[in-house]
Amino acid sequence: MAAVASVEAGAQAPTPDAGPARKRSYPVWRWVILLLAGAYFLIPLYAALRFAGAKAFPDIFKQSGFFSAIGLSLRLAVITTIITLVLMVPTTVYVHLRLPAIRRLMEGITILPIVIPPIVLIIGVLKVAPSFLLGTPYLLALVYVILAMPFAYRSLDAGLRSFDLRTMVEASNSLGAGWRNTLWRVVLPNIRTAILSATVLTVAMVLGEFTMASLALYVTFPVWIVQFEQNSGPVSVAASLLALFVTWILLMIIVIVGGRGARRRGGSQVALFSVAQQDFSQTRGEPE
Amino acid sequence: MTMNTAAGQQAEGGTGGVVSAALSPSTQASSPGAPVALTDLSRSFGAVRALAGLSLEIAPGELVALLGPSGCGKTTALRILAGFEAADSGSVTVDGKDISRIPAAKRDMGMVFQSYSLFPNMTALDNVGFGLRMRKQHGSERSRRAAELLDMVGLTDQARKYPHQMSGGQQQRVALARALAIEPRVLLLDEPLSALDAKVRLQLREQIRALQQRLGTTTLFVTHDQEEALSIADRVGVMKEGKLEQVAEPSQLYDQPATAFVAEFVGTMNRIPGELEGSHDVRALGVVVPVHADAAAGLSGAVDVLVRPEGLEIAVHSGGNGIVTQKTFLGSVTRVSVLLSGDVTVKVDQPSVTAAAMSPGTSVQVSLPGMPVLVAECR
Repeated sequence: MAAVASVEAGAQAPTPDAGPARKRSYPVWRWVILLLAGAYFLIPLYAALRFAGAKAFPDIFKQSGFFSAIGLSLRLAVITTIITLVLMVPTTVYVHLRLPAIRRLMEGITILPIVIPPIVLIIGVLKVAPSFLLGTPYLLALVYVILAMPFAYRSLDAGLRSFDLRTMVEASNSLGAGWRNTLWRVVLPNIRTAILSATVLTVAMVLGEFTMASLALYVTFPVWIVQFEQNSGPVSVAASLLALFVTWILLMIIVIVGGRGARRRGGSQVALFSVAQQDFSQTRGEPE
Repeated sequence: MTMNTAAGQQAEGGTGGVVSAALSPSTQASSPGAPVALTDLSRSFGAVRALAGLSLEIAPGELVALLGPSGCGKTTALRILAGFEAADSGSVTVDGKDISRIPAAKRDMGMVFQSYSLFPNMTALDNVGFGLRMRKQHGSERSRRAAELLDMVGLTDQARKYPHQMSGGQQQRVALARALAIEPRVLLLDEPLSALDAKVRLQLREQIRALQQRLGTTTLFVTHDQEEALSIADRVGVMKEGKLEQVAEPSQLYDQPATAFVAEFVGTMNRIPGELEGSHDVRALGVVVPVHADAAAGLSGAVDVLVRPEGLEIAVHSGGNGIVTQKTFLGSVTRVSVLLSGDVTVKVDQPSVTAAAMSPGTSVQVSLPGMPVLVAECR
């Protein structure tokens, strides 16, 4: 899960003081903390970069097993994301509309995969998985759907809270739109950024997940890196860094694309886990 | 309500309260409103009874306002008519047909919500066109019709704007245009003005009424604001605890309230201690005045007499029965608060000219002019 940890770090790093200027009482302390945190994240990266050397990066692609490993990881990422969104989007919308009382419970349930040890999860999945999936790497996708749940749920939940979902749905219904049209034309466009965010988090999680794949004996990209490390340290470190940069680029894309869309439509500012609560009263008055 | 010409409207840049005179024939000849009947509706949420046998009929093209304190069930009634809630019992008919089992999406009812309800991902024009799109109206025809409706609410220049780029009043006008675009059989207004500031509220209120009358759409308007209800509606239904207390024209509601609750909820009402003499007369302020028919039913002995501030007479009188405590200038009239014996304070409206002589501390004589009054149980 190394990449996931980095994802969260990456998400926070670019926006340390994005909030409105608060009381500037201890600017020195701020800089100290920023520097300490920065050093904590950047020194290992720098060390890894030094260790790998520039020459190691092109070598990654020449290693045996690289393409099959990254191919498997990407396939798993796509499958996991599709299953996650298909399951989580309607569920979260339904909970928000019809069962708001169980939102806390949902939050609790979705956090379980983080709390439960991986070995328990994988044994559980092996017990209940359909037999045609046993023995194929796609079994991992099922595990990943569970692991992605906390991230996907939080993103979607934040997205749905950023606008007046119930009124939108009722307005849409009253204008003659059935459920399909309402979901497709009204709900989804307004949680686009949240869906994007859930997607990136899920993809990042899948690309970085090691424990499950290794326990299940499939050579995904992170497993390949570890196996490969026995042969060539620098190249394996270079591959880890590459994985990290790819994830970062994905994050940048979501922040830029999502932010632009939100500004145009006046929607909420979306970061990965937090969607700024829209102030429904801000448009009062007549500036005509 | 002023009807501006298209040119005048251009000059004003689409300020509130403007109804364009440029209506196409199709808009003017839109579907005449349908009669609506709510019969004996009941609805409970857990232990709370939101509706307890509500019955209301709305004539074609009529605007009925449901007025009541929060929690009286008025919004529940509207939501049942809209199809967002189901009644536990009772029936809803539109045009004589029971629609209880028809989903909201198929009811052809335009609704304007209390909170801003425009779709944030669509421009004003696309918002207005949404209902038409759902009715499979395509491309240019849809745009033309949507533009026509935006013009009707005086917002042609805002067509390409997104909701967040518009003011609250503009958003509600677009929402109104959106609701009217589908030529609804019934228009439902759920406190559409309560999020707006006072001036815009007044303008939009007049605009809603003008459009509603012009299009002849049967309309149910829910509000807790009595001034709003009285000024906009053909008839007002006052609700209390899930039931209608009285449905009547605004003037009748004000002048002949059926119950003490209606009397006190609509307008300002004084309570003066009195004593029933028989079932037709009451003694208060030293005189005997007649009681409105039926008002004294079930009461005897000590009662409160209900009189509006303009229904009392007052004169400066040394050694009178009250002392002026406060004056509130309301323009042409001044509301004078008088402390009567027995620690009763009444409010009396006087022409401001006359009231000038009644500074606080002045001794005055307050009297009943002998018109029939309402009585209620003592509080």
